[in-house]
Amino acid sequence: MTVAVQGRARKERRDREPRAGLIARLRRSYDQHWYAWVMCTPVVVVLAVLVGYPLVQGVILTFTNANSLNVGRTIGVNHIPDSYTWVGFQNYVDLLTGPDNQLVPHFVWTIVWTVVCVVLTVGTGLGLAVLMNRKMRGRAVYRMLLILPWAVPTFVTVFSWRLLLSDGGAVDGLLGALHLPQPSWLSDPLAMKVAAILVNTWVGFPFMMLSFLGGLQSIPSELYEAAEMDGATPWQRFTQVTLPGLRPVSSTVTLLGIIWTFNQFNVIYLLFGSNGTDSVQILVTYAYQLFFGQMPQDYAGSAAVGVICLSLLVVFTGFYRRWMSRNEAAA
Amino acid sequence: MSTLTTADRPVGVGAAKPVRRPLLRGERGRLASVGLHGLLTVAAFVAAFPVAWILYISLGSGKDDYLHPGRILSRMTLSNYGFVVNHTGFGTWMLNSLIVGLGTMAVGVLISASAGYAVSRMRFPGHRPLMYTFLLTQMFPVSVLMVPLYKIMASLGLLDTYQGLILVYCSTAVPYSAWLLKGYFDTIPVEIDEAGRIDGLSPFGTFWRLIVPLAKPGLSVAAFYTFLTAWGEVAFASHFMLSADKYTLSVGLQTYISQYNSQWNYMAASAVLIAIPAGVVFYLVQKHLVAGLTAGGTKG
Repeated sequence: MTVAVQGRARKERRDREPRAGLIARLRRSYDQHWYAWVMCTPVVVVLAVLVGYPLVQGVILTFTNANSLNVGRTIGVNHIPDSYTWVGFQNYVDLLTGPDNQLVPHFVWTIVWTVVCVVLTVGTGLGLAVLMNRKMRGRAVYRMLLILPWAVPTFVTVFSWRLLLSDGGAVDGLLGALHLPQPSWLSDPLAMKVAAILVNTWVGFPFMMLSFLGGLQSIPSELYEAAEMDGATPWQRFTQVTLPGLRPVSSTVTLLGIIWTFNQFNVIYLLFGSNGTDSVQILVTYAYQLFFGQMPQDYAGSAAVGVICLSLLVVFTGFYRRWMSRNEAAA
Repeated sequence: MSTLTTADRPVGVGAAKPVRRPLLRGERGRLASVGLHGLLTVAAFVAAFPVAWILYISLGSGKDDYLHPGRILSRMTLSNYGFVVNHTGFGTWMLNSLIVGLGTMAVGVLISASAGYAVSRMRFPGHRPLMYTFLLTQMFPVSVLMVPLYKIMASLGLLDTYQGLILVYCSTAVPYSAWLLKGYFDTIPVEIDEAGRIDGLSPFGTFWRLIVPLAKPGLSVAAFYTFLTAWGEVAFASHFMLSADKYTLSVGLQTYISQYNSQWNYMAASAVLIAIPAGVVFYLVQKHLVAGLTAGGTKG
């Protein structure tokens, strides 16, 4: 802990003392913080080697015409060198204005997908957390069952949903018994979208529920007592005490939910397979299709879609965080 | 979790008394109780049904039984499990998945805990960018990283090895774990660190001997998360593990589809077998989940 105290003291000292030379400052900084740096080094190295460097390489790839035929590879003892060439912004131009103009429909669907899924998962999670956050019989059992979708690996649950949603499967059986229409969930474009959203909500709500449950438990009960004294109705208590009290939790998990849903690969890929109709592919699975779903594999185009996804998220996160901090300042 | 709730919620004393009196705070009328349990029962049913369904389907021997679930009831059998365990690479794949999953868990939790602790306790230059980097790495789509990562793995000789896959999974699981653990460490009073330092422990010693034992709930949630990340991952595993004896379960499972011509009964049986270890890990950590996640959420 002394380390942190020194860190604070240093700031005051800096006003009085003349600034030391760069080397001296580095050395002092090293003396004070080397413990912290050593503790962070493994993470930084792993991220730099496995995320940072590949990212730079990936961005460079988007300016080339790399595909599976011209990227260097080693077959047995023979090494085939890279032979792709620089094409500038061609990949991006092709994506936006190219002959099949794929990006825009996928983009629109990705936004719809993200918004609907996040609203549903956060809403369901919050609702169930509020229901669960009280003394009652069987609480532990409910919680076990409700977390189940999260505890089971995604490809197992998604596979189970494929059985349920297949033509003549259990869901259609249920709908038939209720005399409702039975769309073919895994091949009709609109029904596929609905199915994907429902399955993703089902997969995603336990995380939200648990996070909110924890958030609810950290709201002091005095606040509720005070609100009740002032004659607040249950709904007013919910909007005036619960929601503001949850804000630190909800702002973080909503942001994470948006990022995760936007990049949700498993649900769509596993539910419909790589041969699924094109219209249900979000940007991430579309990029994957460019990558593995065709010959020759279009590495550059795929990476370009990936870079577009990434930049969208970075810009969005920037705005979101600024918006949140302004809200917090106002509150 | 029960400690948390009972502490902050006044309980109506003598709620079982037959005498009619106005409800106390925290009590419910009969109707509200029925409604509450009704809603939760429906939700729990929806949550658990697909899992239960696959368990049920796995007991039917015919490959079209999933279309006629009624048939299974009269002739349940474990033969699918027998086939999967004895006649496919299932055992090998399971072992591979366990190695990779547990490896990721160990490496991931260790390095994310030390980074999380440093960020939580020490104000060092670079701690803000580091936190932002953690968030940023959550945003990377697979397709940007795949080719370059493949090349790096190839040049380091890590393709088709457990270590390679463990490292790749760490790069996706560690940022969130570090974020989560930073939040959890924030809830542990700084005085404990100070006491440790006064007693002559080094910062590492303080971390290892005092904070790690106190942070068990947070650590177990991080362990759960890293294990699940590795256990269920598909995209990297299917392209970085080249030889059949190195396949993880998620990859191996896909070979069923082609090899056994959509024999859903075998798929179902192996899916159940896959879910079991994840369920065990989950059961071990579940009582810490709420506390662990909250800390990450509120302080993130």
